[in-house]
Amino acid sequence: MAGVSAEPRQVDLREPAGWRRTKNRLATWLMVLSFVLVIIPLGFVLVTVIAKGASSINWSFLTGGPVPPVVAPAGVGGLGPAVLGTIEITAVATVMAVPLGVLAAIYLSEYGGRNWLAAFIGFLADVMTGVPSIIMGLFIFTIWVLHFGLSGFAGSLALGCLMLPIVIRSSYEILRLVPNSLREGSYALGATKSRVTVTVVLPAAIGGIVSGVLLAVARAAGETAPLLFCIGAAETANANVFSGADTALPLQIFSNASQPYVGAAERGWGAALTLIAICFILMIAARLVTARFARYSH
Amino acid sequence: MSTVTRVDPASPAGSTRPLSQRRPLGDRTFQLLALGCGLLVLVILVLIAVTTSQQASSWFSNEGLKIFTNNWNPGANQFGVLAFIYGTAITAIIAVILSVPVSLGIALLLTEVVPYRWSRPIVYVVDLLAVVPSVVWGLWGILVFAPWLQKIYTDIAGGVDGVPVLGPLFGQPVSGASFFTAGIILAFMITPIVTSLSREVIATVPAIDKEGAYALGATRWEMIRGAVWPHSQAGVVGAVLLGLGRAMGETIAVALVIGSSPEITSHLFAPGYNLPAGIANLFGEASGEFRAALMGMGVLLFVITIIINVIARGAVQRNARRKRGA
Repeated sequence: MAGVSAEPRQVDLREPAGWRRTKNRLATWLMVLSFVLVIIPLGFVLVTVIAKGASSINWSFLTGGPVPPVVAPAGVGGLGPAVLGTIEITAVATVMAVPLGVLAAIYLSEYGGRNWLAAFIGFLADVMTGVPSIIMGLFIFTIWVLHFGLSGFAGSLALGCLMLPIVIRSSYEILRLVPNSLREGSYALGATKSRVTVTVVLPAAIGGIVSGVLLAVARAAGETAPLLFCIGAAETANANVFSGADTALPLQIFSNASQPYVGAAERGWGAALTLIAICFILMIAARLVTARFARYSH
Repeated sequence: MSTVTRVDPASPAGSTRPLSQRRPLGDRTFQLLALGCGLLVLVILVLIAVTTSQQASSWFSNEGLKIFTNNWNPGANQFGVLAFIYGTAITAIIAVILSVPVSLGIALLLTEVVPYRWSRPIVYVVDLLAVVPSVVWGLWGILVFAPWLQKIYTDIAGGVDGVPVLGPLFGQPVSGASFFTAGIILAFMITPIVTSLSREVIATVPAIDKEGAYALGATRWEMIRGAVWPHSQAGVVGAVLLGLGRAMGETIAVALVIGSSPEITSHLFAPGYNLPAGIANLFGEASGEFRAALMGMGVLLFVITIIINVIARGAVQRNARRKRGA
């Protein structure tokens, strides 16, 4: 009587052969290919902007003025007023949107809990990030420009509306990551809820919040559509944000891009390089803040 | 935004009341302030709807349902915007068709294939697409990309001339600035958002499902088909819809490359127009009834994107909730 072999059968751990393997390989290569498909246009845009923009950038282009008319040849005047306008308008928008956005995120994360109102507001903030930026421009045109006229401040309001939901979303995500033990420790010392939030939760989350804010600013600084009907078209620098027409880099790119003149194209590329540089610096700053200061991040 | 379940330390376990009923005035003020800021989102959205509709009311009441006809002639005070709606839909659909396979590929690459330390740089590169401002895409699109595409379009149009279905879609007339060019540029612009949302959704697939598939001897692709896809289907649909919404609302890049011609045609290589580009290009010179019509186009765009976003966010959130319930 032969006994049943006690030796267990070997499990075949080799990669399956034939069509199954080919399909798996194919799928992996398609995934890699899709990443390559993203790098190509990105590289193409960046190389073009740098190659064509670098020649027109110099100190008088960045700080000089007045903004030349689109028919002017390259080298006349400068985009100083537009650089100043972009910085002013974005800064005022940031000053308005960030405190409101962070406070709203505090409501959602610290006070909202699981109640329906907080869930509803969170949902609306998400939906608001999808509202087209040109709608913000039309909105501010209706409630502000029709009554008080064109100004840099109107542009700031429109950009602020655009930034608000982005700031809420990113701050909320960070506040959620602050461990409850920190809050409990503070409550145990007898602190009130607002004190816990302001002195314990916010400092713990500040790195992540700043990083999110910088990304929102980068997004707003590059936006054209909300400014289109709000700030008008100034040719000289306007240091007063609250009155009179202003101008900004994205608007200069837009007006130069839609004209067939050689000088306009040169100015457009120069302005595009300046704008991309501003946006990238803000993004790199956000990464550095995350790496250096953020205690909690994704 | 999903909310985490956690016990509020201010009201200790076993008690429904906070420790102290007497809260200082400052504490309550702060809470009200935070609530006010939260409600600001609601207020802004309602104000957008109300004020822009008011500005557009004369257009809506004068034209009635005629706003949905293809009859755009501002000189004769005729403002039927069907061509703009058509252009909005066509460009957004082209963008989604081009962008979704690529976005899903990258999302799967990030979640299932590459190790964690490689995924960070890949995410940074994809996010760079979103950092390039819309107007720079437009400038590049009209000065570099469109002239280059025009040659390709001409070749394709020559090839499909007279072919039944392809002829009317890809045949003459061709133009560098066209529906299709706008669709390609939009595809670049929505890829980061579709990728990051799909990645978020795919990351919620329980590891145990994936390990189970591998244990049954599945290859990676079979695991993706059998474990990842069924679990993340609804969420991915949400991500795609959000991309669609973004593509519909994107303004400046499209305004530069779409060709600015309000026509309804099956030819994808022909110039067209869409709602946001129409508003951006025409608003400056408009007044009276014309301006009301452009405001009304804004209202239409707002309503369409809000509906798409609500459906999409709902789908993404349901997906996230199911993960927590599992």
